[in-house]
Amino acid sequence: MITYLEAIREAQARALRDDPRVYIYGQDVGQFGGAFKATKNLAEEFPGRVLDAPISEDAIIGSAVGAALEGMRPIVEMQFADFSTVGLNQIVNHAATMFWRTQTPCPITVRLPSGGTAGAGPFHSQSMEALYAHYPGTVVMTPATVEDAYSMLLDAVAIDDPVIFCEHKYLYYHLKAEALPSEAMPVGKARLARPGRDLSIVTYSAMVHEALAAAAELSAEGWEVEVVDLRTVKPLDTDTILASVARTGRLLAVGEAFPWGGVTAEVVARVASEGFDLLDAPPRRLNSKDTPVPYHPNLWGTHRPTARTIASEARQLLRV
Amino acid sequence: MVHPAEADTRPAHSPASPKLFLETYRWMLLARTAEEKIANLYRSGKIVGGVFLGKGQEALSASLGVHLKPGDIFAPLIRDQAGRMAFGESLLDYIRTYMGSRLGPMQGRDGNIHRGRPREGMLAMISHLGAMVPTVAGALMARRFKGIKGCVGATCIGDGGTSTGAFHEGLNLAAVERLPLVVVVANNQYAYSTPNSRQFACSDLVQRAVGYGVEGHSVDGTDLADCLSVLGHAVERARSGHGPQLVVASLLRLAGHGEHDDAHYIDPQLRKAAVGRDCLRLAEDEILKRQWAAPAEVEAWHTAAQSQVEDAVASTLREPLPDPGEETWQALSTPHLNEG
Repeated sequence: MITYLEAIREAQARALRDDPRVYIYGQDVGQFGGAFKATKNLAEEFPGRVLDAPISEDAIIGSAVGAALEGMRPIVEMQFADFSTVGLNQIVNHAATMFWRTQTPCPITVRLPSGGTAGAGPFHSQSMEALYAHYPGTVVMTPATVEDAYSMLLDAVAIDDPVIFCEHKYLYYHLKAEALPSEAMPVGKARLARPGRDLSIVTYSAMVHEALAAAAELSAEGWEVEVVDLRTVKPLDTDTILASVARTGRLLAVGEAFPWGGVTAEVVARVASEGFDLLDAPPRRLNSKDTPVPYHPNLWGTHRPTARTIASEARQLLRV
Repeated sequence: MVHPAEADTRPAHSPASPKLFLETYRWMLLARTAEEKIANLYRSGKIVGGVFLGKGQEALSASLGVHLKPGDIFAPLIRDQAGRMAFGESLLDYIRTYMGSRLGPMQGRDGNIHRGRPREGMLAMISHLGAMVPTVAGALMARRFKGIKGCVGATCIGDGGTSTGAFHEGLNLAAVERLPLVVVVANNQYAYSTPNSRQFACSDLVQRAVGYGVEGHSVDGTDLADCLSVLGHAVERARSGHGPQLVVASLLRLAGHGEHDDAHYIDPQLRKAAVGRDCLRLAEDEILKRQWAAPAEVEAWHTAAQSQVEDAVASTLREPLPDPGEETWQALSTPHLNEG
């Protein structure tokens, strides 16, 4: 069995093995193996290519931009997605504008350990995908499975553009697969995680698993709920979303991120403007609450969507 | 003056040769001439957006440019026209970008000083100050990964830019990695309108070199001979493995922040002081005083620069402007990953 976290480690090992242009840079990623051990033993296996960085997110990303311009394929780890705000400028204003401005590709992979876990609190729990997807010039990945964590990270390194790789910390140890995948879906294609006919839940990352649990619960009540895993939120696979809504006539977009704007709003907006006639009921969104992510599990469990709240929202939508 | 974090065992820097002095002076002259032309075009409404001049900073900038070699990395800032040209940027790149020509390196997608050719080692600055410091550091890390030795990376910044987090993070990272990075600070006394007294509290920015564990150098930015000598030394120290070099120049911006700015806030005493002298005029006086060139020859260089600039502007005026219908409107280099 291999975990989601081990898959990320294995993908990085393979990238380092296969491509001499790859190096890894981030806080504590060297000898220590990373705060979550996503780079465990890589410094020993690949001497000089897995380097500890000072606590300088701006400089970590900025240096990756410079190295990418020189033909390298840097993988940088932000210790927590939350801290990437310190490097935000280099991502959105430098890396993401590079190709447009200079016709020079900027192939950097920024790994963001994302999302909430019990007890992590306001500054170690954030989901940043909407922020980065908002800017032109980025690809934003949100893998929900062990297989995707592996294959999409390899894709991220191979892509000639800045990739924000949002790996979910809640899935690091919870999620296991039999083996690493030998083939993968193309980047930018969403996946039908569960087929259904009554309602489409469109979601991504850890919420895919909450949505699947909700669908199982609703199945016992006689509802067949379809679950679409976006895989990448940018580009957003509008075709697969519309095809799903065409089958079910009902849309619930679910995300763990804050409610104002964001991925779920984009999904609803696209379906409303491009597939309005496919809808049998007003589309709905379910996100976290509009507060910082709380520390205590009693509060955190209510702050974010769960299988229970997704099922409840789905029931209301199914009754319309 | 050298403020070594480690003992600098080399002898005092050697003075620049007359040949190098003259070569550098001519880059300064070309930059000044081109910038005056662009400023005139701006005043007659021919330039869209801002115009930012390096007037008063040419000696410093050009002295850096002439000491860099092909294969080095240079991330200039807004007042580095002279250094850009000395490093190898074409006059046409400059004129085309300001005039929005589709044939320029930025194709009308970006303008004025926001230009470069990263594949040729000339990075394109973003407006966010300090951002280029870690970027050049990363480019130098790449060179090290690839086993390329003997190259230098340089970037320029102003007194105001030293207050940013990116400057600090970048210089510290470069020091930790002991990269061959030269950071040139043009202390032109004002960050837009903000004087040094509201920008930093140390008595001299070069003191910061000690805190970063890098070698620091002070230079009179109005004096071409001093600039050539100090920049030559700093670039050589970086190239020969002595880690990052922080060069701090004293000078005065002899223009507004941009051409929209009349710079009324500049203290008249500073304009009259040594720091307010015009480096181009001083260099020219020096050339004549030392008889490194005859007055007629210097005059001919002025005329040559003038006609070079006029020709570049005339040819650029005939070039196509950006066409929204022909624009790809795609920000990613991977075509199928673009939305819309």
